[in-house]
Amino acid sequence: MDTSTIGNRASEAAICARGIARDFEAGQTTIRVLHEIDTEIRAGEMTYVVGESGSGKTTLISIMCGILWPTEGEVKVFGTDIYKLSDTELVNFRLNNIGFIFQQYNLIPSIDVASNAAVPLIAQGVPRAEARERAKVLLDKLNIGNQADKLPRQLSGGQQQRVAIARALVHEPRLVVCDEPTAALDASSGRRVMDLLREVAVAPDRACIIVTHDNRIFDLADRIIVLEDGRITHDGKEMPDGH
Amino acid sequence: MLWIAIRMLTGDAQKFYGLLFGIGFSTLLITQQMTIFVNLVERGASGVYNAPEAEVWVMDPVSRTTDVSYAMPGTALDRVRSVPGVEWAVPHLRAVANVRTKDGDLEGVGIVGVDDATLIGLPERMAMGDKSVLFAPDSVVIDDVGTTRLFPDADSALGERLELNDQRAVIRGISDAIPSFTSTVVLYTRYSSALNFVPGTRNRLSFVLVGVSEGQTPEAVAARIEAETGLKAETREEFAQAGVNFIIENTGIPTNFGITVFLGFVVGIAIVGLTFSLFLRDNIKQFGALKAIGVTNAKIVQMVGVQAGMVGLIGYALGVIGTVAFIKGFSTNPFFKGFYIPWQIPLISLAAVVVILAITGLIAIRSVLNTEPASVFR
Ligand SMILES: Nc1ncnc2c1ncn2[C@@H]1O[C@H](COP(=O)(O)OP(=O)(O)OP(=O)(O)O)[C@@H](O)[C@H]1O
Ligand SMILES: [Mg+2]
Repeated sequence: MDTSTIGNRASEAAICARGIARDFEAGQTTIRVLHEIDTEIRAGEMTYVVGESGSGKTTLISIMCGILWPTEGEVKVFGTDIYKLSDTELVNFRLNNIGFIFQQYNLIPSIDVASNAAVPLIAQGVPRAEARERAKVLLDKLNIGNQADKLPRQLSGGQQQRVAIARALVHEPRLVVCDEPTAALDASSGRRVMDLLREVAVAPDRACIIVTHDNRIFDLADRIIVLEDGRITHDGKEMPDGH
Repeated sequence: MLWIAIRMLTGDAQKFYGLLFGIGFSTLLITQQMTIFVNLVERGASGVYNAPEAEVWVMDPVSRTTDVSYAMPGTALDRVRSVPGVEWAVPHLRAVANVRTKDGDLEGVGIVGVDDATLIGLPERMAMGDKSVLFAPDSVVIDDVGTTRLFPDADSALGERLELNDQRAVIRGISDAIPSFTSTVVLYTRYSSALNFVPGTRNRLSFVLVGVSEGQTPEAVAARIEAETGLKAETREEFAQAGVNFIIENTGIPTNFGITVFLGFVVGIAIVGLTFSLFLRDNIKQFGALKAIGVTNAKIVQMVGVQAGMVGLIGYALGVIGTVAFIKGFSTNPFFKGFYIPWQIPLISLAAVVVILAITGLIAIRSVLNTEPASVFR
């Protein structure tokens, strides 16, 4: 399957979610945590998904980025109906099209910063030396080029999250998803990380979804989607009143 | 990715060394115990190996090993000599006696009477003195490991007098022999003087040692001897095997060593299984992230396989090196004289290592494979 030639990006949504529902088993009962979500995520924007704890934010973006099967509905990412792919095709689709940023960074402790940032390229089969060079370019942009040969634990939390950002972008994915990227950081480094993320991640043909609680960084959003009990209750440039 | 797998493994030094220790220790225990076992039971055949010229051993039908034999009438020798295919046949006496040393101590010894004319029946090599010393009256040759039991150092043994059933015996040489299973002192002497040292009954011919004519196989000659004389005849290999089997059947050794080898295996599984599971669990977040980013389960299995293979190879090498060092280190100890590592044993322990890693790896990897990529966002 060729996922690299998807034409006419401007008119097409990066993500098109139709009728998404997700159930979880909780003991004997089944709980529906997402109810028939219909939405589109556009490229060139930073879209925030906000809402109270347990409202289904993580579940929603997990489904949108191809790591959690929806109970109902379909998800098209750049035109590909991802849950119609075979397991291996879906894994490769993620490898080539999606960048991930996690709350806990999840860097590999025993390899240096440049190699960590190069992981997606290495997984794609790019030779290690070349992959590291490409990662270093990005680390420079994120102002941690001089840390490239250090181990992750020698870096501060904010610096580690920047390594994770480099890892999410190094293979130039067209979709970047972040779940609570600033939750483990103090206010000022969280802000700095998000400023940098906005600088390097937002591009005309790239979509960027960020789940966050952090109201200090809401002003960086191009669009804010609010989830309440598994339903979208607001979708706009600003937060609704009362938040 | 495989490079990353190796770095993940070696980066966690504590668990890496734990894994190496587990595999290395298992390998050492299994290899070393099996080596000792094999060498020890092979000592049951030392009497056969110490008389290398004999191609066929002829004995009373009830005799079982060099040490468990029933004497034949002297006429057996001539009957064996007359069988076609027998190039030569010599008498061989094996008995036990008590010896009184100069200090007045009493020690049980084995007496081996070798052919008066040819000295066939003596071990191949001498550690001190020449084989011909046996032609002197009253002389005996003592085996080297036995020497260490009777005398503090080998030099002082030569010329030493012993009292054997009221007969005088003088030690005139030391043989380089494979020790017996019990490491008893063995005194070699000519057949005729052995008859004096061992008081006894009318029949004292324990064995007839036979060499076969050119063009004859020992098997064929042994079969012919049995058919024509009614005695039991075994080839060198058969009789050596009989000695080994006797030890295996009549001692608790196989069970004891078997238990230790099994324990080595179990300890390996326990240490490696636990450490490997802990290692993978510690890295479960990283594996989960890799799976989300786009690494297939097949690749993850390869990564864990490389980790297991690396631990296995290094740990196994350490264990085998340890065994070799152990055997080498003790090579001067009489108990370990002539010990060697049969090539099959390292293969067996390698198979054990593979099984240990396969079992523990499969158990440990399940948690990684079952990790949903979605769990990375939790
Ligand atoms: N694997 C799961 N099994 C069972 N229930 C789950 C599972 N994952 C999520 N849930 C439930 O689904 C609901 C939504 O969870 P989700 O993680 O999407 O919320 P969230 O908005 O991301 O919350 P938070 O802000 O705390 O991260 C919660 O009630 C949660 O308990
Ligand atoms: Mg969440």
